[in-house]
Amino acid sequence: MKLIYKAPDTMTEKDTTYCPGCPHGIAHRLISESLEEMNLVKKTVIVWPVGCSVFGYYFIGTDAVEAAHGRACAMATGIKRVHPESFVMTYQGDGDLASIGIAETVHAAARGEKITTIFINNGNYGMTGGQMAPTTLIGQVTTTTPYGRKPEANGFPMHVPEMLATLDGPAYVARAALDSPQHIIQAKKFIQKAFSAQAKRLGFSIVELVSTCPTNWKMTPVESMERARKEVLPVFPIGEFRVIKGVE
Amino acid sequence: MEPKVIINEQRCKSCGLCISICPKKVLRISDKINSRGYHPAELFDNENCISCGFCYLICPDKAIVEVRRPEPVKQGG
Ligand SMILES: Cc1ncc(C[n+]2csc(CCOP(=O)(O)OP(=O)(O)O)c2C)c(N)n1
Ligand code: SF4
Ligand code: SF4
Repeated sequence: MKLIYKAPDTMTEKDTTYCPGCPHGIAHRLISESLEEMNLVKKTVIVWPVGCSVFGYYFIGTDAVEAAHGRACAMATGIKRVHPESFVMTYQGDGDLASIGIAETVHAAARGEKITTIFINNGNYGMTGGQMAPTTLIGQVTTTTPYGRKPEANGFPMHVPEMLATLDGPAYVARAALDSPQHIIQAKKFIQKAFSAQAKRLGFSIVELVSTCPTNWKMTPVESMERARKEVLPVFPIGEFRVIKGVE
Repeated sequence: MEPKVIINEQRCKSCGLCISICPKKVLRISDKINSRGYHPAELFDNENCISCGFCYLICPDKAIVEVRRPEPVKQGG
């Protein structure tokens, strides 16, 4: 028998705290595989967020720190500047990165900090019970938009990669999706390009991953993946929005 | 034949994503119950599995541990 796939050891044996079918675990596996394949595990420091992935350091076995809500890019900046030889990445949800932490994120990107951010877009605040996030779609019902998100009252969805791609600091800016095997293979390629941008010291890199939140969307995991495909991807399309020379 | 898909029943949360994505429909939820109370997925038709690895790719919980493909049998000679 020829081995086609083998789960990475860097993703630990500890049971995750995620709900059944939550793609946070898929993102963890892609990061673990990529760190292993690119021989980065030993020098990696992951800055974990506040949100459902707050215990991420139990699930990916690298060095880690836990940031205050939204401050992951600021913390990662400090770590990378003091330890430029290390590989420093943040892992953040859409509440963490795009609400409370948007300033830290935009400025880290504008400064071209040599860090990598993996950004999980699940359209709401998962951990606290499904409140509206900057990525919530127009019309989407959340606990804080019980009649659906209305632009007059709640504004419009925020497209973080498209926004950051207008800056000169980022070396690689992309969005991928976790809804299907094909998209997951592509997501891994994008993550590896983002990692290579940092390994080559080219600048800031970020990959948004369109994800789901079956529990707060009140759907089965399978229905959530369908919703991501049919409703979220048309608004948040897959793409590479900034790729500077040297990223591969 | 050895199983083409190795499943860690203890880690499985019965989310059903692998079952929904399998092109050959050779996975199902089993009657077993793991220590956390979930019915783990099982490969019930190893013969017809094509080792595509879709189940591995979609699994969020490292419950699909390995996917293997039988070595091609040498013809003629
Ligand atoms: C300073 C501060 N404000 C608010 C909170 C409450 N809080 C905990 S998690 C969270 C939102 C997390 O949502 P997101 O970043 O989308 O991650 P998810 O849980 O969806 O993965 C909030 C507001 C907090 N812990 N700290
Ligand atoms: S609440 Fe949502 S984002 Fe959090 S673990 Fe559950 S499904 Fe995942
Ligand atoms: S490897 Fe492919 S065919 Fe075999 S069980 Fe997994 S998804 Fe189904």
